[in-house]
Amino acid sequence: MSNWEYAPAPESRDIANLKPAYRMFVDGKFVEGSGDPLKTVNPATEEVLAEVSTASPSDVDTAVKAARRAYDRVWSKMPGAERAKYIFRIARLIQERSRELAVLESLDNGKPIKESRDVDVPTAAAHFFYHAGWADKLGYAGYGPDPRPLGVAGQVIPWNFPLMMAAWKIAPALACGNTVVLKPAETTPLTALVLAEICQQAELPPGVVNILPGAGDVGSELVNHAGVDKVAFTGSTEVGKLIQRALAGSGKKMTMELGGKAANIVFDDAPLDQAVEGIVNGIFFNQGHVCCAGSRLLVQESIADELLDKLRHRVSTLRVGDSLDKNTDVGAINSRAQLEKIQELVAAGDAEGAQRWTSPVPVPDKGFFFAPTVFSDVQQSMRIAREEIFGPVLSVLTFRTPDEAVAKANNTPYGLSAGIWTEKGSRILWAAQRMRAGVVWANTFNRFDPTAPFGGYQESGFGREGGRAGLEAYLDV
Amino acid sequence: MSAPSQTELSEVTRDDASLRRFLHGLPGVDQVGVEQRAATLGTRSIKKASKMWAIDTAISMVDLTTLEGADTPGKVRTLAAKARRPDPEYADVPHVGAVCVYPDMVATAVAGVGDSGVGVASVATAFPSGRSNRAVKLADTAMAVEAGATEIDMVIDRGAFLSGRYGQVYDEIVAIKAACGGAHLKVILETGELSTYDNVRRASWLALLAGGDFIKTSTGKVSPAATLPVTHVMLQAVRDWRDRTGELRGVKPAGGIRTTKDAIRYLVAVHEVAGEEWLTPTLFRFGASSLLNDLLMQRRTQLEGHYSGPDYVTVD
Repeated sequence: MSNWEYAPAPESRDIANLKPAYRMFVDGKFVEGSGDPLKTVNPATEEVLAEVSTASPSDVDTAVKAARRAYDRVWSKMPGAERAKYIFRIARLIQERSRELAVLESLDNGKPIKESRDVDVPTAAAHFFYHAGWADKLGYAGYGPDPRPLGVAGQVIPWNFPLMMAAWKIAPALACGNTVVLKPAETTPLTALVLAEICQQAELPPGVVNILPGAGDVGSELVNHAGVDKVAFTGSTEVGKLIQRALAGSGKKMTMELGGKAANIVFDDAPLDQAVEGIVNGIFFNQGHVCCAGSRLLVQESIADELLDKLRHRVSTLRVGDSLDKNTDVGAINSRAQLEKIQELVAAGDAEGAQRWTSPVPVPDKGFFFAPTVFSDVQQSMRIAREEIFGPVLSVLTFRTPDEAVAKANNTPYGLSAGIWTEKGSRILWAAQRMRAGVVWANTFNRFDPTAPFGGYQESGFGREGGRAGLEAYLDV
Repeated sequence: MSAPSQTELSEVTRDDASLRRFLHGLPGVDQVGVEQRAATLGTRSIKKASKMWAIDTAISMVDLTTLEGADTPGKVRTLAAKARRPDPEYADVPHVGAVCVYPDMVATAVAGVGDSGVGVASVATAFPSGRSNRAVKLADTAMAVEAGATEIDMVIDRGAFLSGRYGQVYDEIVAIKAACGGAHLKVILETGELSTYDNVRRASWLALLAGGDFIKTSTGKVSPAATLPVTHVMLQAVRDWRDRTGELRGVKPAGGIRTTKDAIRYLVAVHEVAGEEWLTPTLFRFGASSLLNDLLMQRRTQLEGHYSGPDYVTVD
């Protein structure tokens, strides 16, 4: 019997090359914005990392005009094979600067370094590589012999995967011949601005990519700007609805990737130990700040006790703390506001009579942290079964028959993802056909690949990102 | 284990049909999932004091092994001396778990380790193939036990297992266990020949049901020998066994573990898959030979702050 404590194994924060101030990127240059500067904070320590200038309405106008000029004069006329060279170059530069990007991402977002290092940054590079390959083959994508781009894309992305979301948005837009004005989230602007540096390094023609930090008002200004032909938004359903309302009748093409309340369905013939891994990965990956998180566990009643015992043991081994420690499994909640939202919904779960179990893991005193939490005895009518918590909180419900599982899984206004766990192949196909969700994972969860289209049903949004289907969002078809 | 959890374990072993029902009722193992989990857990970064602790613990878990046709009493004596005192310049290095030899070398090994506390493990039961009759396997075991072996590493009959004759495999383990007397029994599954993780899980349970004190991956004579995902499945089995019966049984990966880095990955798996109760030589062993010297070199690197090289550890 022993007590093996892992010594701290911090990644050096110097690798992030953190600068005291960051500026917005317009028309190929870093310029001072005329909005009020914002301070971005490390959510694991609450220290201010840097001051970031933000865009005013006139800056948005300048950026959109720069993007329009770049579109008209250079990018839309350039042969696909030439565009591909720039995009490949960006992909390679992301790989070259991967450690810097990973550490900076973890500092700014709070996510564990092992995730930014092993998931966010490699996936971002993969999206650029994948779409670079499409740039000269668009005639073979199934949208006619010479599909045309849309023009200027206004893109607004969330704080949960700052660099990866930027890549998901920028790579297909550029590959299809569009130019881009992108607004990163208010709390996580830094890696998008390093990506802007990479665009400079790649000698991307000025104006093809513009990055405007700022809060919701900048996003609103951008998507409503008359010079924007296409709006791509990833974020909350609430804001997605606002944008759709504002843009109705404008003729702008839209894609929306919004919230979710995904079900992970575990049948009694599932590979239990791997199902436990999938559940953990589904809800505790990235502190549960994942729109496709498996936040509802639907488990067949006959195995519920055994599965929950295994799950609690596994969850209690998750290490919560310093985002830069290589052994941290669950990092910091991105902001105080998000932490308060999680606390509020957890209190609602308690009040509605669900059984709360919280991992006994030690949690740092400073910074925004929330210990992994599992609610059992959750009923469909409870808020924690219906509302997106966007935190490390799992709601466990049970079912008796496959039909009941499908009915409960689909009983949500969302429909972004679902997980099916069974060793029986025919049951996987049967259940997958009935899931109203854009992504259905079988015996795995939260796996991302640029070749696989990602997107939702109903209030989880519309349009697809990735794969051949994702190109449609940036082509005039 | 949905259906079997209601069944008494004594009922399970009543006959071939009940054994089959039980073993095939165990939850399946998803290959992609277990391999992904093993790879992810392999990225743990173990530094400073935790690394030093891991190195010493790993040394104490080594079953220092020589299983060659060319083994001689001289070779075994050298190994025993190394087992007692792995690093002549550092007296605080723990002795290894055991030396592991063929049955005819047991007496030499017993004399060699003396009263140091180092165990003497002997392979038996027509190692490594297990292709002989029960009488020969029992005689092989008895010979090792009489010569003073404290641990017996038997092999299961993989032919019988793969053709579904689970009762035969079970009976043989029970018989060998009886022949062991006070010696601990390690049951070698030879996972490289079982081919699927489902089979590894079933064979693990079969060995545990039959009374094996340890389940061991491999003979070291078949490739692949020990792998991390296979060891994960076996660690889950001993953990499930503890949850079910309250008894603690051990795991021994053997073959192919050569570096400190590898050993630490295994210890992390023991820690996080089975639990920290298993981080002791009574419940976890490494079947290895070259691993020990790498552990000693890394130990010196930790203490002296620089790498000293292979000439500063003894080549045995």
